[in-house]
Amino acid sequence: MTGIIELDDDNFDEEVLKAELPVMVDFWAPWCGPCKAIGPTVEALEKTYGEKMNFVKVNVDENPVVPSKYGIQAIPTLILFKGGEVVDKITGMVAKEKLEESIKKII
Amino acid sequence: MAADYDLVIIGAGPGGLTAGLYAGRAMMKVLVLEKLVPGGQIIVTDWIENYPGFPDGISGFDLGEKMKNHMLNFGAVIESAEVKSVDFSGQEKKIKLTDKTITAKSVILAPGAAPRPLNIGEEKFIGKGVSFCATCDAPFFKGKTIVAVGGGDTAVQEALYLTKFAEKVYLVHRRDELRATKILQERAFANDKIEFVWDSVVTGMDGLFNVENVTIENVKTKETKKLAANGCFIWIGILPNTKFLDNSVELDEAGFIVADSNDMATTCEGVFAVGDARVTLLRQVSTAVGDGAIAAISAEHYIENI
Ligand SMILES: Cc1cc2nc3c(=O)[nH]c(=O)nc-3n(C[C@H](O)[C@H](O)[C@H](O)COP(=O)(O)OP(=O)(O)OC[C@H]3O[C@@H](n4cnc5c(N)ncnc54)[C@H](O)[C@@H]3O)c2cc1C
Repeated sequence: MTGIIELDDDNFDEEVLKAELPVMVDFWAPWCGPCKAIGPTVEALEKTYGEKMNFVKVNVDENPVVPSKYGIQAIPTLILFKGGEVVDKITGMVAKEKLEESIKKII
Repeated sequence: MAADYDLVIIGAGPGGLTAGLYAGRAMMKVLVLEKLVPGGQIIVTDWIENYPGFPDGISGFDLGEKMKNHMLNFGAVIESAEVKSVDFSGQEKKIKLTDKTITAKSVILAPGAAPRPLNIGEEKFIGKGVSFCATCDAPFFKGKTIVAVGGGDTAVQEALYLTKFAEKVYLVHRRDELRATKILQERAFANDKIEFVWDSVVTGMDGLFNVENVTIENVKTKETKKLAANGCFIWIGILPNTKFLDNSVELDEAGFIVADSNDMATTCEGVFAVGDARVTLLRQVSTAVGDGAIAAISAEHYIENI
């Protein structure tokens, strides 16, 4: 358990695509109320599943490259990566239970 | 009777959070269940300018946080869980979650509503141009063209917000005049980035990966045309989140909960309903808040008399 790490365009590939564990990436921005609102949910998931996968976030305002590579046009968007591949993409506010379902499929 | 709680509130929007505040102050043992995040629908709006006490306006997220913290101060507890079904047949009310059943002496239904979809196959473009949340997604449309759909307060207010980013906003409305309040209409008419498309409905959209064109039909002439646009933001009304109630309380044809506007009582004793999910003339933060206060007091009176 390492908490949620803030990544940027420069270290994304290293920390996500080359990671040994699956990774949940939370694309967010400070102007997005729903993104701030789901923050505690993602933190709670990290507390439960943080041993088995990594949780990171990317500020789309400060990092143009990664969000456009993954076609982010709406936030909050959560993308699950495993072995460098996108395995799930969840857009908008969703229930914690739904996120857990997606997580359980990949850990 | 050894119910788990005096009161269970379903939904933590403005209505549920206010009911929780009043019930907490009345020293009731209260649990609020929320499937998404506390705050409810206001979280998706950038600016609320008609809730009294905030003369300069307030962001929906901030107002939701304040309401949540205010309630927590008075002892009500929030749990993150979705109510799957209810059983109100006995005096002890049963509330079913995925992994457990909670019992309560009384229940306040505050599940609010969700945006009504167009149902023209737009789901596959969600996150790829289709949106219901301007504050989330408008900044992705800097310098682009957006079709906004609807003619009520929400549609006009949010279309105005879109013009902060977009180059052009078509406001497509099925009638030839807006329903929105006058002050919003005036602002929209004065905004030269907004082009009104009257008497028209959206019938389709296409694009390789993201939205590229939105097809509209004039309801009077039946003429169709394609508007080149990168986004389509939809505000054509709401659907109540009441499916989980099944037939436990009376609903109207559209699924809104029928409740007495004097005490918020539903057709089931000990069960009350507030806010956007009930049959009511106006669905706003201020009305949900008023309903919540009344329902909490009604629940308190009900419990004292069982
Ligand atoms: C874009 C937009 C802009 C708006 N602007 C304004 C404005 O400027 N001023 C204004 O006064 N109003 C505005 N409104 C309307 C306002 O948001 C609503 O009237 C208000 O939020 C209603 O409160 P509520 O508590 O009844 O329901 P909601 O806010 O809808 O909250 C209901 C909550 O219940 C939860 N829930 C639903 N079903 C379940 C279940 N089965 N189990 C657990 N939880 C459940 C939901 O997740 C939700 O959080 C706006 C709405 C939108 C969409």
